[in-house]
Amino acid sequence: MKYAFFPGCSLGSTAWDFDQSTRAVFDALGIELEEIPGWVCCGSTPAHASNAALSISLPVFNLQRAQELKSPVLTACASCYARLRTANYQVLNDPKQRERAERITRESYDGSVAVHHILDALVYQLGLPAIRAAVRRPLAGLRVACYYGCLLTRPPEVVAFEDAEHPTSMESLVAALGGEPVEWPYKTECCGASLSMTHSNIVGRLGHRLVDMAQQAGAQCIAVACPLCQVNLDLRQADARKSHGELPETPALYITQLLGLALGLSPKKLGLQALSVSFEGLLQNLPSPSGRGAGGEGCDAAVEGNSAKPQAVGVAGGNR
Amino acid sequence: MTVDPQKQSYAHVPAGDQEACDAVQWNGSALAEEVERRSGTPLSTCFQCHKCSTGCPIGPDMDLLPSQVLRLVHLGAEAEVLQSQAIWLCASCEACTTRCPMGIDLAAVMDALRMLAIEREVAIPDEHGKHFNHSFLSSVRHHGRVFEVGMLAFYKLRSGDLFSDVDKVPQMLARGKLALLPHRSKSAKRVRELFRRAEEEEGKS
Repeated sequence: MKYAFFPGCSLGSTAWDFDQSTRAVFDALGIELEEIPGWVCCGSTPAHASNAALSISLPVFNLQRAQELKSPVLTACASCYARLRTANYQVLNDPKQRERAERITRESYDGSVAVHHILDALVYQLGLPAIRAAVRRPLAGLRVACYYGCLLTRPPEVVAFEDAEHPTSMESLVAALGGEPVEWPYKTECCGASLSMTHSNIVGRLGHRLVDMAQQAGAQCIAVACPLCQVNLDLRQADARKSHGELPETPALYITQLLGLALGLSPKKLGLQALSVSFEGLLQNLPSPSGRGAGGEGCDAAVEGNSAKPQAVGVAGGNR
Repeated sequence: MTVDPQKQSYAHVPAGDQEACDAVQWNGSALAEEVERRSGTPLSTCFQCHKCSTGCPIGPDMDLLPSQVLRLVHLGAEAEVLQSQAIWLCASCEACTTRCPMGIDLAAVMDALRMLAIEREVAIPDEHGKHFNHSFLSSVRHHGRVFEVGMLAFYKLRSGDLFSDVDKVPQMLARGKLALLPHRSKSAKRVRELFRRAEEEEGKS
């Protein structure tokens, strides 16, 4: 399996840990990522808030570059994902928009390059059985609040690969890794996104609300799948605590980092040292990674976790 | 007595409230038509259920709630809408767009209003959002990608907001979260042309 990878701007700087952990887990799972040559910024919110022609042309330019690689596009950033999908949607549904994008980019484009987010690629394209089989260090009941934020599921007719209000892919992934996803009501609430730069007080209020709810739901950490969500919940968590009241330190890490740990990759390779709220304490509770078929606590836990369900099915079906 | 045709429409409004109505500069449906054209979303089906406002994460910080913005657009209260802080605080999270029972793309309405506010050169009460968008896009125009350090420096100079988050810099540097040199795209030159054509295109419409 192979994807044309669109990293996006954040993954080259503030989210280098998202970049590194994404590449590491896809490599470990045997999926090739080929970076789109000459990719440019998707335009993100500043483009669609300023110039409609620009907001469709930038993503279309990238999809035209990807077309040459003849593989579906994969992106980790939720905003890049939403912009690329929106451009496809507009090109496919509005001939005038398509004409305009082609006029500005000076190239044709028919909207046919598929765009996947890493969660979609892992849970629905690759599938959980393959991931379960690759687990070397189960998350040992780690309680995780899965946080999707806004643009992974909204607007549903453009981006969603699952329910817009109640997505479950991240929860099923965490469960497959041996973790325990908590039920919580704020998984698609916005973190304030780019208000982070202009109105950090608002982002502090929203971040505090999210971390507080995750804590109330019993989570030990929050899993995210977007660079801005991560900055707003991690880097800004100390400020949120100062302005809006004390809360237990709650690491907010990328879902690819959790997945990488479960696959037995080293914390350093996954960029865990880049977190502002350290994951170190929780890491110590996890079993040490075990090799395929080897003994040890970690492996036992994996076997236990994996065999629980098939056994139950077998008993019920009476065919064991 | 001559009757102002615009005032006739609220002749039934109690006397005290008429003054409040007079304070608003109406322009009929011209604003609504312009916003509909730009956003490509029908506005007239809104029945003020306020679902957009109740689900808006930024609502508590806004001077006008999303449903109020839409109502004022219907009424053509151009100055009130275009000079509101709300249109610049919208984080484009699309919760309103997703939940509107009438399928109104309210996030696209907010985009259209921001563009109109700049084009019509109204006095914007809080220019942080405008400066941020400009700084971000300038960075993309030059490098083909966002160079965050350069973009933030440019934003801080333009907005005059020099000292916020300065305390985060050492922490971010230590964690390798600030790239000190731009990752320039191979396509930077083509992006500049793309910007020029997109700007010409929008100027025409």
